[in-house]
Amino acid sequence: MSRFLPLAAATPLLLAAAVAVVPAVVVRRVVAAAAIATCGGIGVAAVGSTGDGGVLATQLGGFPPPFAIAMAADTFAGLMLVVFALVTGLCLAFAGLRGHDGSPRAHAGALALLGAAAGATLTADLFNLFVWIEVLLLSSYVLITIGGTARRVRAGTIYVATNLLGSSVFLAGVALVYATAGSVNLGVLRGAAAGSGGVAIGATLVVVALAVKSALVPVHAWLPRSYPDAPTWVTALFSGTLTKVGIVALFRVVTVVFDGAAGVREAILIVAGVTMVVGVLGAVGQTSMRAILSFHMVSQVGYLVMALGIGTIAGLGAGVFFLVQYIAVKTALFLVAGAVESQEGSDDLEELGGLVHKRPALAAVFLISAFALAGVPPLSGFVAKVALVRAAFDGAAYGIGATAVAVSFLTLLSMVKIWNAAFWGSMPEEPIPGEPRAGLLVPAGVLAAVPIVLGLFAESLWVVADRAARSLADVVVYASAVAP
Amino acid sequence: MSAIAVVVGVLAAGGTYLILQRGVVRIALGFVLLGHAVNVVLLASGGLQERGVPIVGASSDPADPLPQAFVLTAIVIAFGMTAFLLALAFRAGELFGLDDTEGAIPPDERVDRDLDEAEPDGNVRGGSETQVPGSEEDP
Repeated sequence: MSRFLPLAAATPLLLAAAVAVVPAVVVRRVVAAAAIATCGGIGVAAVGSTGDGGVLATQLGGFPPPFAIAMAADTFAGLMLVVFALVTGLCLAFAGLRGHDGSPRAHAGALALLGAAAGATLTADLFNLFVWIEVLLLSSYVLITIGGTARRVRAGTIYVATNLLGSSVFLAGVALVYATAGSVNLGVLRGAAAGSGGVAIGATLVVVALAVKSALVPVHAWLPRSYPDAPTWVTALFSGTLTKVGIVALFRVVTVVFDGAAGVREAILIVAGVTMVVGVLGAVGQTSMRAILSFHMVSQVGYLVMALGIGTIAGLGAGVFFLVQYIAVKTALFLVAGAVESQEGSDDLEELGGLVHKRPALAAVFLISAFALAGVPPLSGFVAKVALVRAAFDGAAYGIGATAVAVSFLTLLSMVKIWNAAFWGSMPEEPIPGEPRAGLLVPAGVLAAVPIVLGLFAESLWVVADRAARSLADVVVYASAVAP
Repeated sequence: MSAIAVVVGVLAAGGTYLILQRGVVRIALGFVLLGHAVNVVLLASGGLQERGVPIVGASSDPADPLPQAFVLTAIVIAFGMTAFLLALAFRAGELFGLDDTEGAIPPDERVDRDLDEAEPDGNVRGGSETQVPGSEEDP
């Protein structure tokens, strides 16, 4: 099984190159579906064969460890592959239904994004992680500026410049780690930050760069200024894969290189709390659905790194559970915003109203996803937040637990604001002509089923999330599999 | 060793100055300088003293080939990124007449309505340009 791991990244990347030159859109869709299914299938197989807490690892190129580039999958990585593949498939389906996948760049970009996300999730090599993240960003640069309109060029400039700066910091961090530790293999680097100041500084630079890519406060400002200007399916895809790859890498680097050191976790908890509050307050001042949702993305990233800051197995498990259900919920919300915009001609709250009468199914999907985001029972967001807050209190992190609860109320406030302005009230007197298309709601509907199923049958994911948390926390097993 | 540190410092300072400018071409040049600074750090991470060729058995004190491979990869990536940034600058020049993307659109204006769809040749059709006040029309 482990020798097939590189295929999860290689298949989408190679097929991305292939679809870029295929003229027929139908062929491109089929090829994209095949690539996504391969990636997701390898993820399912990885989750299935790491049930005993083992780690699948392979050394690329036939070099002996620790000189070869290692790729490794534990339950956490396998689970993320499945989620990334699912989100990419549904976002491309939405683009197809919307008629936005006419350009070959759409399929090629999305597949390259998926391949790079898979590579970054699986790699156990710090420099290789840098390369995967660059591939990821390069395909996202193409997607965010698709069409080349003025707004997208402006958003693209902010986005590209910020991420290039982050990448330079990342690379400098890798150089410092290599200069002091003599290796960039994560297995060799296990706990290395505790023994060497140079490694600690280098790894901190890497963590800061990953924080930029995950949009943690105070390095978050690029996200709400660039994401809302991309095509809606691209914003949805980015929210589900791009920023979450930063989180996945952050989980891996902090747990392995710092081995969960108390001081680092303390700092992460502070950043997590500030991120939650700043993101949710930023959303209050926004007036379009996508801008509100983009600020909420910043806020929710705070919950994810809060799990990392708590650092116990209960905390990490809650974090993994939160991550999986949150990706589904947030992508669903962006796809709803896209459907509203397509059908009503705008997602600006001032130009909307009365959608609950006009499009009840759309309203239902939004309501479920919004409640799941805020954490209303019995949806999965509630389960995830209860688990997180309990883990925080059990770990004596009272401040962050209280912040998490308070921010949930503010999240609900923003969701109610969208609901009141767009779905309740009277219809606008001069509606903007939209372009309704059949089936546009299907991808969002599929994703909205996730919080219901995971809320009512939370146990099924919880078992996997707990296993993923143990594999994250048990760095000795990971390190000995990567660098035996 | 300290000479290398000074080189890195000067490159990083120049890069930072250029990145803080508004024009996209300057920003691109700034990232070229910053990339060079990081590449020198990367090269220095393998040690700077002169050593033998890194072939098994050919030398008793071989050089470390890995940082060279790192730098080569980083240069290729930086080349792609620079090309993309320059393409953005070119597009901004087409749209605004200059490569300053920040001054062209007030930041508090509403976001794009996204009714446009890119055609394979990169042209844009659709109605959003005519509906949103002050939006993307070629000058």
